[in-house]
Amino acid sequence: MRLLRCFFRAFLLVCLALPLISCHFAILDPKGVIAETEKHVFLESVFLMLIVVIPVIILSFIVPWRYRAKNTKAVYKPEWSNSHLLEFIWWAIPCVIIAVLATITWIETHRLDPYRPLYNNPAPDAAVIPIEAIALNWKWLFIYPQEHVASLNTLTIPVNHPIRFYITSDGPMNSLEIPQLAGQIYAMGGMQTKLNLLATEQGIYRGLSTNLSGDGFSGMYFNVNVVSDKDYAQWVRALKQAPKHLSEKTYQALLVPSANNPPEYFSQVSDDFFSEMVIKYMGPMPGMVLGYRGDPNFTSSSKNTGN
Amino acid sequence: MTIQQLIFGKLTLEAIPYHTPIIVGAGIGMGLVVLLVLGLITYFRQWGYLWREWITSIDHKKIGVMYLILSLVMLVRGFADAIMMRTQQAMAASPHMGYLPPEHFNQIFSAHGVIMIFFVAMPLMFGLLNMALPLQIGARDVAFPYLNSMSLWMTVVGAMLVNISLVVGDFNATGWLAYPPLSELSYSPTVGVDYYIWALQISGVGSLLSGINFLVTIFKMRCPGMTLMKMPIFCWAALCAMILVALAFPILTATLGMLLLDRFLGMHFFTADLGGNAMMYVNLIWAWGHPEVYILILPAFGIFSEVVATFSKKPLFGYTSMVYATAAITLLSFIVWLHHFFTMGAGADVNAFFGIATMIIAIPTGVKIFNWLFTMYHGRVTFSVPMLWTIAFVSTFAIGGMTGVLMSLPPVDFQLHNSVFLVAHFHNVIIGGVVFGYFAGVTYWFPKIFGFRLDEKWGKRSFWCWLVGFYLAFMPLYALGLMGMTRRLDYYPASTGWHPWLVVAMVGAFVIGAGILCQLIQAYVSIRDRRKNRDVTGDAWIDGRTLEWSIPSPAPFYNFAVTPVVHERDAYWHMKEKGIENPNTTVQSHYDDIHMPKNTSVGFLIAVFSGIFGFGMTWGIYWMVVLGIVGIFVVPMVRSFSKNIDYYLTSDEIRKMETARQ
Repeated sequence: MRLLRCFFRAFLLVCLALPLISCHFAILDPKGVIAETEKHVFLESVFLMLIVVIPVIILSFIVPWRYRAKNTKAVYKPEWSNSHLLEFIWWAIPCVIIAVLATITWIETHRLDPYRPLYNNPAPDAAVIPIEAIALNWKWLFIYPQEHVASLNTLTIPVNHPIRFYITSDGPMNSLEIPQLAGQIYAMGGMQTKLNLLATEQGIYRGLSTNLSGDGFSGMYFNVNVVSDKDYAQWVRALKQAPKHLSEKTYQALLVPSANNPPEYFSQVSDDFFSEMVIKYMGPMPGMVLGYRGDPNFTSSSKNTGN
Repeated sequence: MTIQQLIFGKLTLEAIPYHTPIIVGAGIGMGLVVLLVLGLITYFRQWGYLWREWITSIDHKKIGVMYLILSLVMLVRGFADAIMMRTQQAMAASPHMGYLPPEHFNQIFSAHGVIMIFFVAMPLMFGLLNMALPLQIGARDVAFPYLNSMSLWMTVVGAMLVNISLVVGDFNATGWLAYPPLSELSYSPTVGVDYYIWALQISGVGSLLSGINFLVTIFKMRCPGMTLMKMPIFCWAALCAMILVALAFPILTATLGMLLLDRFLGMHFFTADLGGNAMMYVNLIWAWGHPEVYILILPAFGIFSEVVATFSKKPLFGYTSMVYATAAITLLSFIVWLHHFFTMGAGADVNAFFGIATMIIAIPTGVKIFNWLFTMYHGRVTFSVPMLWTIAFVSTFAIGGMTGVLMSLPPVDFQLHNSVFLVAHFHNVIIGGVVFGYFAGVTYWFPKIFGFRLDEKWGKRSFWCWLVGFYLAFMPLYALGLMGMTRRLDYYPASTGWHPWLVVAMVGAFVIGAGILCQLIQAYVSIRDRRKNRDVTGDAWIDGRTLEWSIPSPAPFYNFAVTPVVHERDAYWHMKEKGIENPNTTVQSHYDDIHMPKNTSVGFLIAVFSGIFGFGMTWGIYWMVVLGIVGIFVVPMVRSFSKNIDYYLTSDEIRKMETARQ
């Protein structure tokens, strides 16, 4: 019994110490404008709801204790079961809070629509970098269409540049997320989704797939290197020299399921590679182009694409 | 086609995973338990009794008890899965990879979800409905007793298919909702998904028929004077839940049917190519899935309402409000399904609409919480086990509700979707709401069915274990979600710093395990001490308010010797207040004849043939498929010619039984 108590105390201590030890609350430590705003919305709504939740929790302990059967001093009204005033109050208060929350939802959902160019772009003059991402079994292929290069299971982006992802899957459904930079969007075969983000700080962040895609799913995470313009340019130059080309043949090899692949680099990626990988599921679609080259918004919204 | 294929289809000895020690161990353990039970029944020569009194029984109370047993057995199975997941994640900070390979781990969490929702929560819900609902409305049985028996056995057969998959072949490894294209033949070529489809199709038919059965029961079988607004609130909750069952389950059947056609006949409803679209599946499955969670939670709300009124010795506060709140939740639950996939790329208008619709549900739910609190206000609260579950529920559910509303904001959901924050949220509302509620309900109505109360001491121990275990197991998951941990990982890099939190979560799971153990001990102790805990008056909790407490415990098989007439809400409370004589606890000189249905094995046989059909379809054993179909049609046809399906209890017989009871 004493041993059990000792163990229990030690365990309690560990629990209390947990928040202090080295853990990293990625979502509360954003390094990009989108994740930053998402964190604010998160905190705002938590505080708003605590207005009701905290009193409820307190009441749920006080009321039964105050009116416990043994406490004969408390007033007992065996037939009291109705009060229009009280009921009005607790229909009204949640209504008000939800009305406020709904307003926030409407505004922020539109602002933070992942398809939309950044609404609070801190670097309006910086070139938008398009990246085309393909989820494979079980790895991520990132194509830089402007540079005709690609990287597998690693992503490098310049700091303070809007990044626009075009995302698809050549396999089961996945979901692309870099928690410290922005929320996620699904990657689905035969379809293209989009995600806009901007990193405000250099560093290495964790990117991952959040949607179960089979046995190798747990290994579908990758490093996101946010680097300076100069380093980015150098990185691209290096990639262009990569001996491996992304051809039909190398891509077939990538389609073979495999987990925990180390990063790989490819050069000479053809113009419509991404687009073809989406359209191959649709059947013949004459004239259709997807990805960066098929995005009518891209050329209009970003005059300085650096092309 | 060889003879072997003709007889066994795709089934070969290779399907038995004898090279995986964990599965072999579990299989042998399960086999031994089954053999032990069968052996004991044979030894004590109870097969005849079992067949006559239980398997062929169409008494709603016995069916309720059988649902309860099914759910308890499956709870142990589903919980074993939970423990395996928690230990795996507590061990698997890479470079350590834990003890479960991904193909096994993926089956475990899929089976955990399927079992806990379909074969623990649903049977427990239908079990409680069967136990309490007809008694509450003063009825002698449900509207269609024979259908009720069939629903039960269909559910049992579905559960058995899931259990068979443990040792013969494998189970679905694509998550509890089996999203395509992962669940399509190209990515899941084994029988796992087929087991899943047939287990859910067969038990789904049972659930749908049960839903219709209770709908008709509530509308047509209420005793004289019981208008809808005089029904106990549990009946209202059940009514709303059953409307949802009747509307939502056909969607599940159709969706899984299309997935089946994809896999079985090579169609392309949900494949990525040739015009298929997985997004359609995701929409459809959640058009069932979201109402499903309300199907589970509404009856739990009803139970809390009954319990809180009884143990506060006061009528439920704001009955009318409660009814409208329940109805509002019912309506809203059908227009929020998209919040399960804001991240699928719908536009901002669509996402915002569904987000706001979702948070509106918080309003009627909040109203309910205040109504429960104010039922206790100015009351005389007794802290019996059902009441403890209720009080713990209020605060726990408030937290779970808050995190739910939080994730209904699409921008927040983009971050938290598919994270363990989500896992923490739905366990918070399902354990804190549904499970607590059903346990309260089981403790509350147990004496009415069995004639004695469950042991309080072990009940309280189990309660505390569950409560503490729940917070230990799931609060760390909220934190982990904010750290960016995604769900369904069989390992993760140690550098993430998640490991200590997952160890705490594992300890929590073991504490919940202690709670389940306490419940098993509680069952044993209660049966041992049944004389001490006997309910002699029929009003087991002394302050019973509704009609089920006006009859003796255990309830006679015809329920009410005299059909009650209701004038007020809380009919039995008023009977006691006004000193009206209760004709069901005093022997009358004359009774009206009671028309009773005879037991039938037809429901059981249809379910068995459905199971043969489902197993045959899973493995491509076509003689079983044909046998199943023939059986399913022939058995009810034979019954339709039988005229020997009912009988009358005469006044003398009833008087004899009622006298014996006094």
